[in-house]
Amino acid sequence: MRYVAETQTRVSRLAGILAVALVAVAVILPAFAGRSLIQDLFFVLTLVVLAQWWNLLAGYGGLVSVGQQAFVGIGAYAMFGAVILWDLDPVPAILLGGLAALVLAVPTAFFAFRLQGAYFAIGTWVIAEVVRLSVAQWKQVGGGTGTSLPRDATKDMWFVDAIKALFDVKTSAARDILAYWLALLLAVLTIGGVCWLLRTRRGLALAAVRDNEAAARSVGVDPGAMKWTVFLLAALGTGLAGSLIYLQKARISPDAAFSVLDWTAYVIFIVVIGGIGTIEGPILGVVVFLVLQSVLADFGSWYLLLLGLIGIGVMLFAPRGIWGIVAARTGIELIPVRRRLVKTETQSSETDDGRNHD
Amino acid sequence: MIWLDTVIQGVLLGGLYALFAAGLSLVFGIMRLVNLAHGDLIVFGAYIILILVSLLGLNAFIAAAIATPLMFALGWLLQRFVLNRTLGEDILPPLLVTFGLSIALQNALLEGFSADSQRIGGGTLETESLAVGPINVGVMPLLCFVSAVLVIVALNQLFYRTSLGRAFRATSDDPVTASLMGVRPAQIFSVATGIAMVVVTVAALYLGMRANFDPTIGPARLIYAFEAVIIGGLGSLWGTLLGGIIIGVAQTVGAAVNPEWQILSGHVAFLVVLLVRPRGLLPRAVD
Repeated sequence: MRYVAETQTRVSRLAGILAVALVAVAVILPAFAGRSLIQDLFFVLTLVVLAQWWNLLAGYGGLVSVGQQAFVGIGAYAMFGAVILWDLDPVPAILLGGLAALVLAVPTAFFAFRLQGAYFAIGTWVIAEVVRLSVAQWKQVGGGTGTSLPRDATKDMWFVDAIKALFDVKTSAARDILAYWLALLLAVLTIGGVCWLLRTRRGLALAAVRDNEAAARSVGVDPGAMKWTVFLLAALGTGLAGSLIYLQKARISPDAAFSVLDWTAYVIFIVVIGGIGTIEGPILGVVVFLVLQSVLADFGSWYLLLLGLIGIGVMLFAPRGIWGIVAARTGIELIPVRRRLVKTETQSSETDDGRNHD
Repeated sequence: MIWLDTVIQGVLLGGLYALFAAGLSLVFGIMRLVNLAHGDLIVFGAYIILILVSLLGLNAFIAAAIATPLMFALGWLLQRFVLNRTLGEDILPPLLVTFGLSIALQNALLEGFSADSQRIGGGTLETESLAVGPINVGVMPLLCFVSAVLVIVALNQLFYRTSLGRAFRATSDDPVTASLMGVRPAQIFSVATGIAMVVVTVAALYLGMRANFDPTIGPARLIYAFEAVIIGGLGSLWGTLLGGIIIGVAQTVGAAVNPEWQILSGHVAFLVVLLVRPRGLLPRAVD
């Protein structure tokens, strides 16, 4: 008898195949779908990306940040800055946005990691405010009132002409398709990356730090290094999402780009309602969030009031969220990252023995 | 002379920030809970006082006195039925529940009172000033600062001179051992949040009388309160006053240099202290 540690299950292999099929459909979707569906899906994909990174921070890293809007904003502004000041094409400028977020994350972590637990949360918020107020002083990109992407830059963007020819659409629709594909790519990389990270040794170390820092330290895990890794990765992913979101919007202002409500509060509710500490949860959370939004869109602040109350209710009565309930009832794990010991068949252990004798 | 005036205005503003912070510091000290809805509760308190003033035509101070037991009861109920359920090893539930509360409260206030900015009328007090040497000091800011000092003195007396204070300190040190001595941590926590809401009411009174407010300004008040607590050092109420003063002075001096730098310079002062003295200027608790 032998045991091996495995993360895969039969359901997860099936889910994997389905996911590949789903992505394939999503890639060719612009050929059939209208512009508004593409725009909606772009919004969905960017929310999934933001939610995955926040979930990695809070659900796996134990770092409850209320300041992720700092990275959305700086990513977006770095992209705008590069396009306006250096005449860079917006598409490669997205990478620069991610890089800017990564660079900002270093001093942010340096300050915020001096604060423990709950104070860390407010500390990140303060830093986001500092960045917002500082960016509002940056006159070349419009200061406090903001600015738009130059028309030339958005018209001649990489790939836009090819997409126009391919689908026979106008420039603006082609831009939306490009943004959608980039968001799809980012979402796939994010989910794949987070999943991969959690299945590696580092992922195991991360879960150990989250569950008990002292115990993790005693088996040789460096909690500080884990927190830095997670924080920097989340900043990079959030910054890329931020530049992409504002590439599509093509108009920016400090209050919008650094909005705690849009880029952190919504994301927190999505993760909490969907199920914190799972990869499936944030994806499900985005779906629930959009359903709520479309049902309650006409009710303005009642919608947010209800969202707040639902968030409180879920945290009090079902702290693992909707996906947590589903997983506990059915035992299904679509994207498992837990290691389970699987008994291999006696047959194979005999052949192993046979080999040993040879 | 204008600089001296700026600094004094900043010190008095610091009194208001210390009032924001005292309730936060009290709750954190006793149950290690950071209430992200603290700023929104202050704004909520200001609306309660505003209703009493405008509907019943009461004096603002009397309205605050009537609001005080209401706010105490609200705090008690909030802790008893919601927040006590979230306390434990995991830091996520209290943070996310109070964050949800913050968003819910802001939008409930928006729905109830619209986004228009409001002010609690203080009658002639609003414009009166005292000449102290060459400088004129507004009566309202002065009263606010004196109130902050009195609140801190009262809280310290409560902590160190009463049996309730002893129970607070015991529960803060070790809830399990305290419960062996006949203290019920859950009840102690409820009373503590009730008292924090009383401090919030005082803060709300001066928030509403010193400046305009609207439903969305809560989070910024939470941030000032938090900065004052961290600058002062966790667990020290006098430190919190000092922290409030540092933020206040940084803001007025920053605003004197360039009006756009007011808020930013307060935050920068906080970051500098965090860099140089990460445990705050007058630390007491080891957390």
